[in-house]
Formats: sequence, C-alpha cells, structure tokens
Amino acid sequence: MDWNNIIYPALSIGGLGIIFALGLGIAAKKFAVDVDPRIPQVRDILPGANCGGCGYAGCDAFAKAVVEGEALPSGCPVGGSSCAENIAALLGIESSGEGKQIAYVKCQGTCDKAREKYAYDGVMDCKNANFLQGHGSKACEYGCLGLGSCVRACMFDAIHIVDGIAVVDEEKCTSCGMCIGACPKSLIELVPYDSKVRVECHSTNKGKEVKLSCDVGCIGCRLCTKVCEFDAIHVDNNLATIDYEKCTACMKCVEKCPTNAITVKEKE
Amino acid sequence: MELLLLFIGAILVNNVVLTRFLGICPFLGISKKVETAFGMGLAVTFVMTLASTISYIVYEFILDPLNIEYLYTIAFILVIASLVQLVEMVIQKTSPSLYQALGVYLPLITTNCAVLGVAVINMQAEYSLIKSIVNGFGTAVGFTLAIVILASIRERIEFNDVPKPFKGYPIVLLTAGLMAIAFLGFSGLIK
Repeated sequence: MDWNNIIYPALSIGGLGIIFALGLGIAAKKFAVDVDPRIPQVRDILPGANCGGCGYAGCDAFAKAVVEGEALPSGCPVGGSSCAENIAALLGIESSGEGKQIAYVKCQGTCDKAREKYAYDGVMDCKNANFLQGHGSKACEYGCLGLGSCVRACMFDAIHIVDGIAVVDEEKCTSCGMCIGACPKSLIELVPYDSKVRVECHSTNKGKEVKLSCDVGCIGCRLCTKVCEFDAIHVDNNLATIDYEKCTACMKCVEKCPTNAITVKEKE
Repeated sequence: MELLLLFIGAILVNNVVLTRFLGICPFLGISKKVETAFGMGLAVTFVMTLASTISYIVYEFILDPLNIEYLYTIAFILVIASLVQLVEMVIQKTSPSLYQALGVYLPLITTNCAVLGVAVINMQAEYSLIKSIVNGFGTAVGFTLAIVILASIRERIEFNDVPKPFKGYPIVLLTAGLMAIAFLGFSGLIK
C-alpha cells in the first residue's frame, strides 16, 4: 500500500489549517476590539440560561446593560440575590434593596375546600378547561383548576399540583414569570420572597357566592382592614389585598379573618 | 471581452440566488432593510472574491499536484471558514453597528452554500486565476444586487396592506419567485 495516499492529504490539509490558524491569530491581535473587561466578568456570574426574564435579549445583552448602568445588578430574576450581590461587588456599586421575588398562587381551594360544578374529564390543560362552560369545573370561577398548565410552563421544577391546586416551591422559584402567562385565571403573581402574610384568594365575587363555592375564599368582610394598625390591607372589589411594603406580619388580620383566606407562610 | 461577458453573465444570467438558487438563507434572512442587506452583500463580496482566489491557489498548487483533488470540499470549507472569521473581526473593529445588524448571519456566511458553490463552479469549469476572481466577484455582485432589490421591495411591502395569510415570509417568497422569473429574461443576453 502506498503510504503517500495518507501522508499527502494529512500534511497538506493540516498545513493549510496551521497557516490559516496563524493568520487568524495575527488578525485577532491586530483587530482586537476593546470591550469593557467587566462585561465578560459579569456575564460569567450570570446563570447563562439566556431566558430573557430580565427583559434583555440574553445574558450578554444584560451584562452589557448592567456595566453601562442601564440595568440594576438585581435585574436578573434567575440568579437571585447571590448573583446580584456578586455583580454589585464586582462593579463596586450597592446592590439595590429590591429583594428576591417569587411566584405565588392566589388560591387555596383544595379538593376538600372548594366545590366542583361538574366532573371534568377533558384534556389536562387549564386553558382548554377554561374555555368550557362555566370556565372550568370549579364552582368558584376564579379558582385554580389544578390541571397543571403552570407546572408544564415552569422550567425550574418549582411549581406542583398539590391536593388539586398549584403550589409554588419558594426555594426553587426564580420569578421568571413563565407560569404567570400560563395561568388562564391570572392567579399567579410575583410577591416579595420575605413576605409572610398573603391573601390566598383571587375571587371578586360577593361574600355569599364565595361562601357557596369555597370554604376558604375572601368574602370581602373588611374585618382585616379594621384590625390592621399599619394601613397595610385593603378590600377592593370584594377582595382583600396586602401592601407588602407596609405589612409588618403582626398576624392580627390572620387571626381575625373568618374564612382563613389570609395565610401565613412559615419559613424554616 | 471574455472577462466582461463572464462578469455580466455571473451577475445577471447566472445570478447565484435567482438562477442557481444558492445562498437562499441570507437572501431571505437579512433582506429586511436595504442598509443591512447592502452590508451583507459587501461582506459576501469580500469573502467570495477572496475565497475564489485562495481556493484556486489551493486547488491548483496543492490539491492538483498531489492528486488529492477529492479533498476539495474540505479544503474549500477550511478556506471559507477562516475567511469568514477574518471578515467578522474586521467588521467588528471597523463598523460595530454593521456587526450588530448582521448578527448571527455573519458567521453563517461560513455555511452560505453560494460561497462554496462559486469555488466549486470555478474548479469544475476549469477557470484560470483571473477568470476565477472575476467569476467570484461577479457572482457576489449578483448576490448583492438580488438581496438589495429584495430588501427595497420588502421595505415598500411593509407599508402595504398585505392579506393576513401572506404576511411575513409567504409574501417574501412570492416576491423572490417573481424576481427569479424576471431574471429569467436575462438568459438571452449572452449567448
């Protein structure tokens, strides 16, 4: 066998490769662009998921915006506070006080507490069920359907169906907001991670209707508003909402609420 | 005279996009604005002319004497990929805005079959060095012409009331098809 058949191609193509590589190496030096060295450093701190949760085109674009002062270090919802602190330390700026946020499902109408209008036996998809008669099988038309559209939207395994309603795993949640768009009932919102007291209902129905369909719905009785010393809870359109900036977690409203629609999130 | 005919033939009669249907990806992808389309055309022109020159040299002085012509695809792709990297560096240095506008399509010139196509056509037609360069440059000018024409048409389409099913790429593909038919008219230009 003729060894030249192997040697010639290997040498010629390999030689070409080396020559071009040298040329490119010289060109890379000559045409080097001065980018801010902090941009790749910030980029390294970021999770690199390129999810777009920050509102920029990707992690690279966000890193550029942070270094140029257009975005805050805490702007990355996935990286959370540790990521924000690292970036802030790198850039020598204060990390803004804006704490971590998490998604939160405003319904606690589990199978035993909320009543059903009919037995749903269709596609396991909330949007699909929401199109049907009565907007799903739950007697409360605001309640969580528990068919798991949000579970499938979550890329971080942070939301699960427990007892017929969606529950967020607050340690895993990155507040990327994918579940918010997936919920046809608009039940999910972002709340501060530190917040303890939350209204776990989204129904704006009148008290009587709420009572008929669910044991733990907000009936808009305003007892919480009266008992709150910090003006932190208000009832609007038959539904109590908490101002998380004013709430001191004194628990008075929690104790007073006749339907237990206001709940306490205990952290370990 | 022969070179002039080859040049005009490469632009109009054998237009790389509209007659040979090579390089469709950037043709449809970057033809939203005339400015970026023209920039892409320039980048392709630069790469294509240099690629035809260097691939001719590589073929004539390395592959042919060693009887390893069968490696031409790998060798040509090597040449083109290196050139594209070079062009990317030069553009990033000289015109950051063009670099931003071309975006992902700039590295895609590497896989632009038009560039490889020209190198292969040069080889198969056994063009001389001068002819290869003229053919490569002419083909690239033809590409630029086609993409700039499509981009200007698309800019005008933006303001028109396109029926809903035709919005976006369908109308662009229709336009490209009509352009191809129009360019067919040039086929009688050079016998």
